[in-house]
Amino acid sequence: MALLETRDLGITFGGLQALQHLDLSLEPREIVGLIGPNGAGKTTVFNLLTSVYPPTTGSITLDGVSIVGKKTYQITQLGIARTFQNIRLFKDISVIDNVKIAMNAQMRYPTLAGILRLPSYRREEQEVHSRAMELLGIFSLEEFAQSKAKNLPYGKQRKLEMARALAANPKVLLLDEPAAGMNPTETQELMETISLIHRTFDIAILLIEHDMSFVMGICQRLVVLDYGKVIARGTPEEIQKNPAVIAAYLGGDEE
Amino acid sequence: MKKKLISYAVNLLLTAGIYTVFALLIQGGVINRYYEGLLINIGINIILAVSLNLVTGFLGQLVLGHAGFMSVGAYAAALVTLNSGLPEAAAFPLALLAGMLAAAIVGFLIGIPALRMKGDYLAIITLGFGEIIRVIVLALDFTGGARGLRGIPSLADFTWVYVLMAVTVYVIFTLIRSRQGRAIISIREDEIAAEAAGIHTTYYKMLAFVLAAALAGLAGGLYAHHIGILTPAKFDFNYSVEILIMVVLGGMGSITGSVVAAIILTILPEALRSFADYRMVLYSVVLIIMMLFKPSGLLGEFEFSLASIGRKLRARFFGGAVSRKED
Repeated sequence: MALLETRDLGITFGGLQALQHLDLSLEPREIVGLIGPNGAGKTTVFNLLTSVYPPTTGSITLDGVSIVGKKTYQITQLGIARTFQNIRLFKDISVIDNVKIAMNAQMRYPTLAGILRLPSYRREEQEVHSRAMELLGIFSLEEFAQSKAKNLPYGKQRKLEMARALAANPKVLLLDEPAAGMNPTETQELMETISLIHRTFDIAILLIEHDMSFVMGICQRLVVLDYGKVIARGTPEEIQKNPAVIAAYLGGDEE
Repeated sequence: MKKKLISYAVNLLLTAGIYTVFALLIQGGVINRYYEGLLINIGINIILAVSLNLVTGFLGQLVLGHAGFMSVGAYAAALVTLNSGLPEAAAFPLALLAGMLAAAIVGFLIGIPALRMKGDYLAIITLGFGEIIRVIVLALDFTGGARGLRGIPSLADFTWVYVLMAVTVYVIFTLIRSRQGRAIISIREDEIAAEAAGIHTTYYKMLAFVLAAALAGLAGGLYAHHIGILTPAKFDFNYSVEILIMVVLGGMGSITGSVVAAIILTILPEALRSFADYRMVLYSVVLIIMMLFKPSGLLGEFEFSLASIGRKLRARFFGGAVSRKED
């Protein structure tokens, strides 16, 4: 059974069918790329999966359980964490607190225990601190733990956003254009980071990306969207030769 | 860990020390009744400013009705003392609790619709609420209407106010450094990202809002039992703005800043009594200058504790290296 599965997923904004009939499945430990030209509906898929919008049609299941109608924070707690196309960090607080915030749902001590600094507060805070440092270590961010998130260079902000998403202990990681705005060196480094995440954590990854060489290098399967519809699926090699995909990207005539 | 404990102990001792000095001065008659009253007003305003800072500085929601919550607490507490039939000493703590509870309940009820709104809308809703409360109090019988509620025994002495002020500062300070505090701050930073990080934003907004309302209610209860008479006019929009000015001036997100600003802005109007008419003008000018030159407030997000002042003084006068960084 697929880890994450959508059936006939669709959403209509006013008269615009932003997404129609999306059947998508993600197996455990799989890396799938979601590609397509601008406005194809890729980010809309993420917003539906994380319940930013309610779908007009169709179903979404995680581990066989429907997650339609759940709140965004509940979906994160159930195991789908995401990053954003335009980085959304907690800019004015420390790097490590950014990560700790995503671990909040795994912490148990009540408000009063925190105010009175009871043993449960000390124990959980220590535990979360070492876990957060460990996670920052994976992304080589330990030395920046105490600096404000906004002071990190761009590439490291992207990494921190991934670290924060992973801090929520997700089963599925959604990455929205992780390579956007990166130079080739940074992109290369990012690919290594994603492979590292994939090796280190028992996790499935669904990623949106424009950079073809990037998705070709990292994804096992690709799904191509255009005007809210799936126009192709397959391995990177198959997609590269697919005439419909070439037409969608280059605007060529359809034979 | 050990250093932290020492820091706690030093803070506690210094807090107690400051209290002892003032208490002795009051006892010895060096501080007369007028100045004791001023100290009490400072304490009450610190509670108000620090609690509003939780919502405005840390949660990032602009609230313009803090005086409304204060009035709910003030009237609830006063009515309990006046009608409970208990001896005054026993009635007073109960009255303060009742004031907090009443303000918390009202805060919760206002919060349900208000916290769905953001920015300007929340400000307008809370502004409207503050005025509604004032008008209701004016119209009701058991609150004394416009004549006011009279004969409330003066039970809130310096000791009560100082202790509860210290507790309030402590509660907000440690709350902000707990997981709940981080969740509250994450909402200020980016609500969408907070949801995506698994934060139940509605819950934490309500937590901050209700706690701030309850503390404003506490300040109201103390005020009622200090001044002895309650009139609705005291809790008008201007007072809400005054509290907000303390928060903004001290620095949104700095508890120390709120304390310092509350002290300054309570003393200043007293010192400038003869210019009373121009007080709001002066406030406005100060705020404009502040926004132009230091929009983050006097202290920004900076915090210092009594213990750290002690360390710095020691380092200055006795030369020893100041080794640890701020908690």
